[in-house]
Amino acid sequence: MKINNTLTIIKKEFTRFFSDRSMVFTTVIMPGLLIYIIYSLMGDNMSESNFTVEATEPTTVYVENLPPSILPLFDSIPMNIVTHDIVSEDIMKQLGDKENNIAYMIFPENFDSLVANYVPASETLAPNIKIFYNSVNDGSSMTYHMLDGALNAYEDSYCNRFDVNRYDDADSPSFDQSDESEVISNVLSQLIPMLLLMLLFSGCMAVGPASIAGEKERGTIATLLVTPMKRSQLALGKIISLSVFATLSGLSSFIGIILSLPKMFHADELNMDTNLYSASEYILLLLVLLSTVLVLISVISNLSAIAKDVKQASTINIPVSLMMIVVGMMPMIMGGATENPTLYLIPFYNSVMAMTAVMAHEATVLTLVLTICSNLVYAGLGAWILTKLFDSEKVMFGK
Amino acid sequence: MEEILRVEGLCKTFTLSKKQQKIERTKSKQKVAVDNLTFTANRGEIFGLLGPNGAGKTTTLRMLATLIKPDKGDAWVDGCSIVAQPEKVRAKIGFLTSELKLEDFFTPNYLFDFFSNLHQVDPSVMAERKKSMFERFGIDKFAEVKVKDLSTGMKQKVSLVISLVHNPDIIIFDEPTNGLDVLTARTVTDYLQELRAEGKTIILSTHIFSLVEKLCDRVGIIINGKLTHCDTLQAICDGLSLEDRFFEIYKENEDLTI
Ligand SMILES: Nc1ncnc2c1ncn2[C@@H]1O[C@H](COP(=O)(O)OP(=O)(O)OP(=O)(O)O)[C@@H](O)[C@H]1O
Ligand SMILES: [Mg+2]
Repeated sequence: MKINNTLTIIKKEFTRFFSDRSMVFTTVIMPGLLIYIIYSLMGDNMSESNFTVEATEPTTVYVENLPPSILPLFDSIPMNIVTHDIVSEDIMKQLGDKENNIAYMIFPENFDSLVANYVPASETLAPNIKIFYNSVNDGSSMTYHMLDGALNAYEDSYCNRFDVNRYDDADSPSFDQSDESEVISNVLSQLIPMLLLMLLFSGCMAVGPASIAGEKERGTIATLLVTPMKRSQLALGKIISLSVFATLSGLSSFIGIILSLPKMFHADELNMDTNLYSASEYILLLLVLLSTVLVLISVISNLSAIAKDVKQASTINIPVSLMMIVVGMMPMIMGGATENPTLYLIPFYNSVMAMTAVMAHEATVLTLVLTICSNLVYAGLGAWILTKLFDSEKVMFGK
Repeated sequence: MEEILRVEGLCKTFTLSKKQQKIERTKSKQKVAVDNLTFTANRGEIFGLLGPNGAGKTTTLRMLATLIKPDKGDAWVDGCSIVAQPEKVRAKIGFLTSELKLEDFFTPNYLFDFFSNLHQVDPSVMAERKKSMFERFGIDKFAEVKVKDLSTGMKQKVSLVISLVHNPDIIIFDEPTNGLDVLTARTVTDYLQELRAEGKTIILSTHIFSLVEKLCDRVGIIINGKLTHCDTLQAICDGLSLEDRFFEIYKENEDLTI
């Protein structure tokens, strides 16, 4: 009997929502579509500017121990070769900055004689040419590929007597000096939780006030209150169905983001791994999101129940939206997720931190469990308060 | 005669907001809307609460329907206390007032099913009841029209039908004919008489004398929150017309209206 009434309410809310095409469009389809379009356009612009400005400049290539025999090989490659005053540490440092269109090539000393004396079938390793570059810098990356191609062609003609960029041991520095994918997950981990929180908030605002303050304003909730249904059933039915709608809205935005990320960071042109996150990380993110939406909806529902009408409901929810922005900025202010577990009991703050941690690949089981469980408790508390509000004649019928 | 409703010492005082104080032109923050109301109603009768505007009729009925809670006193609907067992009371009554609105977006057909479900009406009974009620009020032609597209009179009829989906024994009806044209009003009053014939109890409020004379078996006269008389129509009128008798009573109780 008890569940029955809650289900009846949920069914009604679903019918109301899904048979209203404009409602479905504005809350579910539009957010994701807009984000996808906007982000993709942003991404396109970003990649274009990168290519046109930097690729025209010839790359400065610092070369140590340049053997004269190799020189003709580089004739066709547009680059400025620097062979003097090379300070290895300095160059490596510069390479770390993707703004610098440079590469750093190291030949073994006496390269020519080493190659001449090398026996391919022997146990000893072939002479190795190292080329450090930055794959995020288009010039550096392009020059590396050309050098690599030229040297490899030369190597083939020379019976494999030397190698290019062979990894001799695990400790040697990576030849690609960019750490862009790390940078991206860092930026994402600090930006996206805020974005998601804002999107969820707007999703909740699209359905919460209309469904609760709206029903109160129009006098339709009074009709429900004279039925034998328990107030708690009404509260639960409302919170559950509104959460579903808000989640759909948030999910739509989320999908929009995921689809536009590769474009945003023009990953395809960089041969970058577009799968920044694993499936399990996406699932964790989703669980945190779902628990967050429950808390958010219960806060907005309670405020909407107190409000006289929809207009007032949107007004008194403005502080909540400001709070979302401030809380959403915390990872940026703090430079990442906090590790203090007790802080994961603070609603919204915990969600943002948990999402940040997941996206920075730093999430721990403890903090995630704390976040999701405390959110469920807060949502339950919210439902209980909403029940009390539905039962309060001052709130429901006060003039 | 079997008593089905007992009201004992019901009181309700509202705290007025600044705005309400202005509207009511009073400096006091408290407004006593219902003052120590006591009466009973019997099964199968139409009981009328008669009083001028602001007398406290709607407030009384809203308390009986458990929409608002009394400050003091209690009432028992078919043995169930409105204070202690509001959910049981709600299952026993059908409450109708202009305050209760239907969601614009839905059709009468959908709403009938929806409210039947909330009242835990058996599906087979529900279908039968819907058919006969819709036919009775001419809603069948509009069963699939959204409430927002219905005429005022049709909306009222749908509201009436919806409030009775669970076939309650006690019907509480605030100003049953308010805002209705003569035809619709006639449909409603005829239906109320029909319900009485079926053994239902109807508690209604009104300020219209003719309605009381036409329908009510017993009347409670309420002036400024207080029940001054409560008896059969003949006993109260004592040979006078209800209108004349009402003004006599009103004069006698003028001290109440200050
Ligand atoms: N929610 C409220 N807050 C403050 N005062 C109220 C409230 N509801 C009713 N009142 C006041 O209580 C008094 C009784 O109101 P009520 O609506 O019960 O009268 P009524 O007999 O139904 O009058 P009417 O014939 O105008 O419908 C009025 O003075 C009214 O202003
Ligand atoms: Mg009234």
